[in-house]
Amino acid sequence: MTDTLLSPPASTSITDRATTAGGSGTARAAHRAAPLLRVTDLKVHFPTGSGRHAPVVRAVDGVSFDVPRNTIVGLVGESGSGKTTTGRALLKLVAATAGRIEFDGHDLSSLSEKQMLPWRRRMQIVFQDPYASLNPRMSVAEIIGEALDTHKLAQDRREARISELLERVGLNADHRTRYPHEFSGGQRQRIGIARALAVEPDFIVADEPVSALDVSVQAQVLNLLQDLQRDLGLTMLFVAHDLAVVDYLCDEVVVMYLGHIMERGPTREVYARPRHPYTRALLSAAPVPDPRAPRSRILLKGDIPSPIDPPSGCVFRTRCPHAADICAQATPPARSMGPDHYVACVRLDEIDAS
Amino acid sequence: MTASSRDIVLSVDGLKTWFHSRDGVAKSVDGVTFDLARGETLAIVGESGSGKSVTSLSIMGLLPKPAGRIEAGKILFRDRGGKHHDLAQASAATLRRIRGAEIAMIFQEPMTSLNPLYTVGDQIAEAVLQHEGGSHAAALKRAQEMLERVEIPAAARRVNEYPHQMSGGMRQRVMIALALACNPSVLIADEPTTALDVTVQAQILDLLRRLQAESGMSILFVTHNLGVVAEIAHRVAVMYAGRVVEDAGVYDLFERPTHPYTRGLLSCIPTAALLASRERLQPIPGNVPSVLALPPGCTFAPRCPIAEPACTQAVPELLPVWPEHLARCIKVTPQ
Repeated sequence: MTDTLLSPPASTSITDRATTAGGSGTARAAHRAAPLLRVTDLKVHFPTGSGRHAPVVRAVDGVSFDVPRNTIVGLVGESGSGKTTTGRALLKLVAATAGRIEFDGHDLSSLSEKQMLPWRRRMQIVFQDPYASLNPRMSVAEIIGEALDTHKLAQDRREARISELLERVGLNADHRTRYPHEFSGGQRQRIGIARALAVEPDFIVADEPVSALDVSVQAQVLNLLQDLQRDLGLTMLFVAHDLAVVDYLCDEVVVMYLGHIMERGPTREVYARPRHPYTRALLSAAPVPDPRAPRSRILLKGDIPSPIDPPSGCVFRTRCPHAADICAQATPPARSMGPDHYVACVRLDEIDAS
Repeated sequence: MTASSRDIVLSVDGLKTWFHSRDGVAKSVDGVTFDLARGETLAIVGESGSGKSVTSLSIMGLLPKPAGRIEAGKILFRDRGGKHHDLAQASAATLRRIRGAEIAMIFQEPMTSLNPLYTVGDQIAEAVLQHEGGSHAAALKRAQEMLERVEIPAAARRVNEYPHQMSGGMRQRVMIALALACNPSVLIADEPTTALDVTVQAQILDLLRRLQAESGMSILFVTHNLGVVAEIAHRVAVMYAGRVVEDAGVYDLFERPTHPYTRGLLSCIPTAALLASRERLQPIPGNVPSVLALPPGCTFAPRCPIAEPACTQAVPELLPVWPEHLARCIKVTPQ
């Protein structure tokens, strides 16, 4: 078991991502049949005070999506979209208010903290801020060793295993005795990744893992994540606000706005032909590193509304250039636009015709 | 555009700004040279530790004293009357007069630059009174006009609001209104959109472009984001470890990146071409050096794919490679 992490699993070794990402073929049909993770109508509400009638922040308000095996799914949105809260709720790091989280066919929603422990070995998280997520008083060997000890892994060859993990993420095994402050930001993020990998997870939530890093170091960590996903057959939820990075890394993308999913589908399809007015505006606003790129920007008016008092019906309607009376009436259902491509908008036909 | 046809309002030449501490001398800025022309946006792009923010603080005379000192170089600024001042040598009184009225600055996080205890109207009015005098009522009226100019809806009401009542995008608009209240000829924008969401960032970049077209001001735009550079800049100065390593027009820079660092930086980001070709990102190996211990000669040499022993012998000069295109690399032959 211990060694499987460092050698590619036989069946799913280096799959051609073009096939898995492209939307056709039997590999896709197979993973679609049984996603590793299925989220159904997830809600996370935070009370703003202690009283029974204190208003609640509807951080995540009815979110459903799948994460197919051996893929990277990008979860994108602006601040206040609920993307980070969604990622944490999947690992039960924040309590879900309602909804169902199925991992490998098992419903995790009702499990107690103790019952969660074996599942935590299979589900890990890498945090955004490598400065804040590593204990400054523990050496690298202690940080990674703690993960091994918690789940009683590699106890007979603990030191060798720590060295293996460090080398796997591109660090020197001699770095084991050092402390987090002795490393650069990129190296610290590698330590965070090694800690997540220590317990041989199947699934990793990567919560903005490169946002705090310099551009030249970002590319190092992105390539590392890509290698690890391929070599170890990992499944990943990549939470990000950088749309170009999601385009580079992710097979599928989920676009969130104010606690709701606006659109989800294969990354290339969504980026080439965004259907939801919010996805269109978001993609058109992203700065393109090419001064000659054609710019047809859809400028949205105003700011994201408060999640304490979100708009009725479609939460995007207050900023949507295509909003009509019907948009205020009910939360738009996810409408299928093709294989695995869903859009939550009731005015798509009118928008396409205009 | 030839060198002579550019109408230069700010010229930084050989600037060195060092910080003295117990740990040694941090050479944060160690040879920065660029010209900013009237009506032009010059982007200074670099990663953390490149010295881009210290450069802008040096121009504004806002270095933390006594640790930070300008050790060498000139910062020549031409004021409205056509008189030239060397801001590196200027007296505190001269700097106070120029700062705000002729050169203004906006920062990454507007919440830390705005006073939470005063309404946004009072803060803009204070700047107007400071530099132009007049009555408080007239200054408040100007404040409201400025809020309208930066497209804040319901400006008449917003002028009486406090910063905490506004969103991040609105606060950045207030900062811009405050900076432009005295109609400066140069605006220094230090990562003004970095803390904002992309849809709000697009609004702010659009606003800056429009205000520049209206007033003819020059913008020194400090950023780490090459996408934003492509959106807003006319010219680009690329900084690495305290020095400008390449300086070119924006089209030229993206089409003919010359310095190995610029080339490396561009292959670290997922561009449309890279995504279409399904190639991988090509990271620059290693890390940015510490400003406390810069490598000898070319500071990029330890990470450079084409470095040779001569690169570590002496600091290369910033020389023209093509007309209006400069690079600091001995491996690049002038054309």
